[in-house]
Amino acid sequence: MEKLKQYFGIIWILVGIYVGYDRITDSLTKIGSDKLEDRVFGWVVLCVLVPIVVGGLILFGKYALDGEYKSNE
Amino acid sequence: MSAKRTKEKPKPAVNNRTLFSVISASSVGTLIEWYDFYIFGSLAAILSSQFFPKDNPTAALLSTLATFAAGFIVRPFGALVFGRLGDLVGRKYTFLVTLVLMGGSTFAIGLIPGYATIGFWAPLLVLLLRLIQGLALGGEYGGAATYVAEYAPKGRRGYYTSFIQTTATLGLFVSLGVILLTRESLGVDKFAEWGWRVPFLLSILLVGVSIVIRLRMAESPLFSKLKTEGNLSKNPLAESFGKKQNLKMVLLALFGATAGQGVIWYTGQFYALSFIQKACNVEFVQSNMIVAIALLAATPFFIVFGGWSDRIGRKPIMLAGMALGILTYRPIYDKLYSLADLSQKQEFVDAQTIDRKSTKQDNGGLLTTMTTTHFYEGGLIAKDIEKTVTASPGAQPSKPELSKSVTLPTASFWLMVLLIFVQVVYVTMVYGPVAAFLVELFPTRIRYTSMSLPYHIGNGIFGGLTPFIATALVATATKANEVAPGSVAKPYLEGLWYPILVAGVCFVIGLLYLNNKSESMNE
Repeated sequence: MEKLKQYFGIIWILVGIYVGYDRITDSLTKIGSDKLEDRVFGWVVLCVLVPIVVGGLILFGKYALDGEYKSNE
Repeated sequence: MSAKRTKEKPKPAVNNRTLFSVISASSVGTLIEWYDFYIFGSLAAILSSQFFPKDNPTAALLSTLATFAAGFIVRPFGALVFGRLGDLVGRKYTFLVTLVLMGGSTFAIGLIPGYATIGFWAPLLVLLLRLIQGLALGGEYGGAATYVAEYAPKGRRGYYTSFIQTTATLGLFVSLGVILLTRESLGVDKFAEWGWRVPFLLSILLVGVSIVIRLRMAESPLFSKLKTEGNLSKNPLAESFGKKQNLKMVLLALFGATAGQGVIWYTGQFYALSFIQKACNVEFVQSNMIVAIALLAATPFFIVFGGWSDRIGRKPIMLAGMALGILTYRPIYDKLYSLADLSQKQEFVDAQTIDRKSTKQDNGGLLTTMTTTHFYEGGLIAKDIEKTVTASPGAQPSKPELSKSVTLPTASFWLMVLLIFVQVVYVTMVYGPVAAFLVELFPTRIRYTSMSLPYHIGNGIFGGLTPFIATALVATATKANEVAPGSVAKPYLEGLWYPILVAGVCFVIGLLYLNNKSESMNE
């Protein structure tokens, strides 16, 4: 179980990177939209959601990979 | 998180009367804060016409910012600002400040003259006050949950904090109730003219009562003990997020619990309402009734699951709520859709009626409304409404504005209530135990700061974005079907992928990394 928790750290890092790529591409399209609501929504996703999900998941994955969550069992 | 069954009922550190007062004072105040926060959303259409005219681009920008900023961006900042304050000076005074800020800004919104009177200042002031509301809400919840948990006996924290968990749902009820009552007693015209201010102004009375109640309360015993011993944190922000030992728990709380809890919460309550109104076209009053009944019927389950989590642990209940959402959202929403899907119903074409009405508008124009009523088997009624405006006699009428509304027969109405009730029960499973889960995850000296941030990121950002992201996914699928018909089988269900994926990731992280053991709260 300990090893599984550690290996899953790689998955969280990859998920973070994929979500970052996907959301940045999508929000850049929205920022270029004619509709005001879409533009604001695009900026909110780019400036708020992306840093939290990408930064958070990568850091979480790194901690998991380092075995930081072992003691929680 | 207690996984052990105890034979004797745990005894509280204070007597039951004090504990009851603590829960009442905290819950009433938090309920009022939710009320204040929701009336802005419930009156969005009227506020928009008063403060944010759509033909003015600056006002439209401020309106959009008010929608996004207060709900998503400012709440986590409020969590940081007031969380820090709560760990430095105490829970009681901090959540008194948030209450005053929330009540004051809500009252002030009720006093601002409209755009027609003071122009650009009106939307700017409303935006500023809305931001203060968001900040206050960000600080309130963590304080109330921490305060109650620090009074509650070990082994009963899930039960006692679950009363705080009911306040978000009840706050929505009170706001809708006050708005409907004011509208009914003043009439629709007077309400649109000035009556909408009443629910805002009323807030000052509610907050006043709550402040008096809260002022009588003492500081939480665990915080007082730390203060007496001189063990308070000097820099709660640095201790919470600058030290790996605590930051890793903040990340675990976010990705293993609150993000999934947030999307389940918003899907089961707000997206469900939006779905039956926009995708199913269920008539406005009927759709609100459906959700209101489901919410009322499911509210006691917050306390049931909160109390149950004291016996079997927080983790299994929260994860079960997420798993049920992941597995059943698509069939539930498919059924909701089919109940109002006219293509599957037989119409009595001969019974169709057409009603045409023309009314003169204040600006001299003529509004023509044509309503075609269709009758279907089983008692379902659908109305196609077409509105056109003619600016002056002889002028070309405007482009018709089309809308549709469906009135469900009794059996379908109650089936829809049941389907939404089931979703709200999922909400109670993930949300009922979460306050106790969060307070037990962090030490007393930095608890307010540490628990508030993952809660407000999970709920404000992951949860709050649910209706917007889901709507965008449905729009993308609908557009794909227009280009290549049949490429997406059921485009109206595509929006559910967002809560399903977020809850799915959260479920796996929770299952792997959360423990279900009892945590000490005395450090």
